[in-house]
Amino acid sequence: MRPAFSVLLLTTLIGAAQGLFIALFLCELLAPSAATPTLLVGGSVIVLLLSGLGLLASFFHLGHPERAWRSMMMWRTSWLSREVIALPAFMAAAFAYGVAHWLALGHTLLIGVIGVVLSITLFICTGMIYAAVKVLKEWAHPLTLVNFSLLGCASGMTLAAAYASFVAPTLTAPLAQAAFVLTALGLLTRGAALVRNAKLSPASTLQTAIGIRHPHIVQKAQGAMGGSYNTREFFHGKSVGFVRAIVPAFLVLSFALPLLLVLTLPLLAFILQYAGLLAERWYFFAEAKHPQNLYYQGNS
Amino acid sequence: MTQLALVIDLNVCVGCHACVTNCKQWNTSGAAGALTDCNPYEAEPNGTFFNRVQTFEVGQYPKTETVHFPKSCLHCEDPACVPVCPTGASYKRKSDGIVLVDYDKCIGCKYCSWACPYGVREFDEQRKVMTKCTLCVDRIYDMSLPEDRRKPSCVLACPPGARLFGDVHDPESEVSVAIRERGGYTLMPEANTKPANHYLPRRKTTVTVRDEELYRSDNPHKIDGAPFDKNLPPTHEELN
Ligand code: SF4
Ligand code: SF4
Ligand code: SF4
Repeated sequence: MRPAFSVLLLTTLIGAAQGLFIALFLCELLAPSAATPTLLVGGSVIVLLLSGLGLLASFFHLGHPERAWRSMMMWRTSWLSREVIALPAFMAAAFAYGVAHWLALGHTLLIGVIGVVLSITLFICTGMIYAAVKVLKEWAHPLTLVNFSLLGCASGMTLAAAYASFVAPTLTAPLAQAAFVLTALGLLTRGAALVRNAKLSPASTLQTAIGIRHPHIVQKAQGAMGGSYNTREFFHGKSVGFVRAIVPAFLVLSFALPLLLVLTLPLLAFILQYAGLLAERWYFFAEAKHPQNLYYQGNS
Repeated sequence: MTQLALVIDLNVCVGCHACVTNCKQWNTSGAAGALTDCNPYEAEPNGTFFNRVQTFEVGQYPKTETVHFPKSCLHCEDPACVPVCPTGASYKRKSDGIVLVDYDKCIGCKYCSWACPYGVREFDEQRKVMTKCTLCVDRIYDMSLPEDRRKPSCVLACPPGARLFGDVHDPESEVSVAIRERGGYTLMPEANTKPANHYLPRRKTTVTVRDEELYRSDNPHKIDGAPFDKNLPPTHEELN
């Protein structure tokens, strides 16, 4: 699949925002005295900023952004539709949480619980958008869901540690430790997905695609001179070397370096981890081989 | 329940692309607006088509066969593209099983094209909506057309008649009989989308020549007194 930059931005930005919100809520719940309003209000602003940027990026993916409201209609069947509902709902909860702390309105724990539930819901919706595409075997697996959630939580927790190092230094160490654990867990599950996908064998072959059972079939024409949507949308267009290089790059950036740095330099750890997750998401798309590519042997 | 579909005979298709051009012509002239053409006269022409013909060579020289393979939306009975659509723009009609896109509702998120295993949906780069074969829904019910013209454009255009159109749920329809009697099959059955369109396989074309067709009672060889070949079987006349 061709990685769309808007989608890479959307999923990584809202993932970090959701993780950060959960981190803020945990701070308030477990260390109410250390969780100052500055941390919680400022943190909520960052949550809104990141998810707002993600939302903005998602519009660039649409052919008709002015009709985006229509995408809330089919929540009964479509995970994309559910995500479109869950994202603004999560942002509203984060907004309410920030305002409640800012104006000391109370009920912050209740709003926080709602926000955390919405954050988890949003993780499920985002992951299921990909895991529900049955024809993409690389995606259609619970690990997709686990990875979107864990990597979001890990980057959000790293960001929380970075922010706390400026406004609530006493919380920096526990947040950084939590980020360390989440990042390590993320490395395990993302690694598991890498291993699983490397061993996958495709369900369809050129033989089943055109229904001719013969071991030797060569495509002579793809039905278009200058390419088509099929040759653009479903191929990443990068060299084998580039794709191979991106895996160690994102493993180092999203996992190895943050694990080394988060306890001492959480801000740097977050910046590197975020860049790494962009590369991770790029590879997530690039490694998914769509069965329609069988009809485009010249590009496969 | 009606399920309209195309049945494409790979034994008959000659790869002339008449269905491709006629599909484009009909659908670019419709109420839904023109099908985009980008760089039509430049080096890399490309645009939106609902139907394409690909060519494959099967076997190894000298035993090869060229197979032309027309490809359009298969109007699946369990379409993967429909439930994923967040807007409801992609839908399957209950009345006749045609899978359609409502261009006024589509937001162009392309999610449906990821879910379809066959790569038959094309995002229109100018209209910014998802498009695909409509089974010529704007022809087949048009009462202003003579009844025998109420068929998809591609079916009418095909010179050797490789494309059949009809209700695959009616066991007596032309398409059902063709599927039954000529080994009709679906593409990628493992994707479980239950395509309504079927393909008819290549067949060995043999011409049976019977002896009496070679050596008939009115064979000029005999009338002209040509030398009689003892190896030929006796004619009907000679037997009596
Ligand atoms: S062929 Fe693809 S686009 Fe057409 S109905 Fe089936 S799944 Fe949908
Ligand atoms: S591109 Fe259009 S038809 Fe396809 S899923 Fe998105 S809104 Fe639905
Ligand atoms: S049925 Fe109509 S829209 Fe579909 S391929 Fe044929 S001509 Fe094109």
